[in-house]
Amino acid sequence: MNSSNRSSTANRSITLIAAAAAFMLAAAVLNICLGASRISLVQLWEALLSGPGTSAASRILWYVRLPRTAACLLAGSGLAVSGTVIQKVLANNLASPGIIGVNAGAGLAVAVCSGLGMYSAWVIAGASFLGAMIATFVVVIVARKSNASRTTVVLGGVAVTACLNAVTETIIVLIPDAALANVDFRVGGFSAVNHARLLPAAILILASIILVCTLTNELDVLSLGDDTAHSLGLRVGRMRNGFLTLAALLAGATVSFAGILGFVGLIVPHIARRFIGNESGKLLPFCALLGAGFVTICDLAARLVFAPYEVSTGILLNFLGGPFFVWLLLKRKDKHTK
Amino acid sequence: MIRVHDLHASYEGEEILHGIDASFPEGKISVLMGPNGCGKSTTLRSMLRLVPHSSGTIELNGTPLSALSPQELAKNIAYLPQSRSVPDIAVKTLVMHGRFPYLSYPRRYRPEDHEKVRESLEWVGLTDLADRKMEQLSGGQRQKAYLAMALAQDTDVILMDEPTTFLDIRNQFELLDRSKQLAKQGKTVIMILHDFEAVLRYADHVVLLHNGHVLQEGGAEEVLRSGSVREAFQVTPVFHQGEDGLHCYVRQ
Repeated sequence: MNSSNRSSTANRSITLIAAAAAFMLAAAVLNICLGASRISLVQLWEALLSGPGTSAASRILWYVRLPRTAACLLAGSGLAVSGTVIQKVLANNLASPGIIGVNAGAGLAVAVCSGLGMYSAWVIAGASFLGAMIATFVVVIVARKSNASRTTVVLGGVAVTACLNAVTETIIVLIPDAALANVDFRVGGFSAVNHARLLPAAILILASIILVCTLTNELDVLSLGDDTAHSLGLRVGRMRNGFLTLAALLAGATVSFAGILGFVGLIVPHIARRFIGNESGKLLPFCALLGAGFVTICDLAARLVFAPYEVSTGILLNFLGGPFFVWLLLKRKDKHTK
Repeated sequence: MIRVHDLHASYEGEEILHGIDASFPEGKISVLMGPNGCGKSTTLRSMLRLVPHSSGTIELNGTPLSALSPQELAKNIAYLPQSRSVPDIAVKTLVMHGRFPYLSYPRRYRPEDHEKVRESLEWVGLTDLADRKMEQLSGGQRQKAYLAMALAQDTDVILMDEPTTFLDIRNQFELLDRSKQLAKQGKTVIMILHDFEAVLRYADHVVLLHNGHVLQEGGAEEVLRSGSVREAFQVTPVFHQGEDGLHCYVRQ
């Protein structure tokens, strides 16, 4: 075996992961510094060193920009990793938390919590996870029982999403005072983010990403197909359910503070695979960093492009994600006809 | 040695195997043959516990397979399924997965795992293609990569479900020659084959199935010459002694 080839592949992966980390960092700094009121790098540095203070720059930094940027980073990495895991476990590159109904399940759970007046961040994060998990398993169990094709799984997810969103909308109409009755929640966005809402979700997302990154070998073996994975000693059913639970946890925790952000879990894994390949050990950390940077840049664009107006980040993501999904479908059609 | 005793197994509520009794000796190529739907794949999959059996026993060197954990089973029996995915990973990465049963969480590869993978790749002749993506390989090369993964598993038993399907004639013979070498190394090789000529040439031991029963078990020539083949397949095997040995073709 050519050892120089091997080391150059490893070097390339390290370079790509470092580049993704740099992209994420740059996106975070830009998102913190740019906006209706600009913060210079010097002001940023001073405000970070001195902690929360009374100056305008410090207040904007600590109470607006930092939580918002942290939320973007967490949402991006959570949804990107969730999407990668779902695509690998279902062996379906069209699947993602937004498309198979996971986000909608979490959204409904948040709507129910808000409708019932339960605003504790931990309760919302937990309910959001449960909603995401129930939606995931409904889609997956129906797909397995009916031996559904990959496209049918997606269509089943679309049907589940439509039903869940209809219930969510009904709750919003019936209980207009619910805190989630803002555009940001329904299309996904970060204008209503605060520290308290973010903390439980941050813990769940970071813990889940770390756990998934220690199970990359299992994920790769699982994606070889049930029979091969079983013959290699993997407890297939248990691992599949475990991974789907983690994917639901990541998507659910994200929805609890960012609302229903679509397409991140679809777009980022596809772009990431083109750069770094499909081996989970490299793909998952790369996806987490790339997803974090991508959502942060989208949030920045959503705030700046139409300034002084601000569109929700989710709207921008839908602008990008819709055509991307159509492109994926066309690409699959090409593959089938060749 | 694998011994199957009174094996009953069902698929989607319908009993497919109605009491299979057969032995698969070590150091030999055993071939399961029979018409479509007779239970060959189900028998093979039962040995991996991919299909739960309702009654009967399968023993590996006297130990019931049911007593083994999935990891222990994978250290003893490797499997080449008929339909395999073409994962978007490098050949070497696929072969490394053969070491999965030997690793405990968090599954970091040890020097002996790398050595075993190197040996396996060398044995199937894929060393130079180790860094290639599976998608870039031909069907025969992909088959070799999966065989290398099974070898990296370092098991005494290798099960192959119709391993020659989708291979051109040269690759079919190459795979069967390699299987012969594995048997000579002392491994128990069990495969499903349809081609009578290949069975005659490569099988040391044949188990002929029909309607979920064992119709006959024995040496390749013995089974092929018996009336059981005619009963199972509704065809007549015809034998021809050539300069390079006995040949078999089929007449309807």
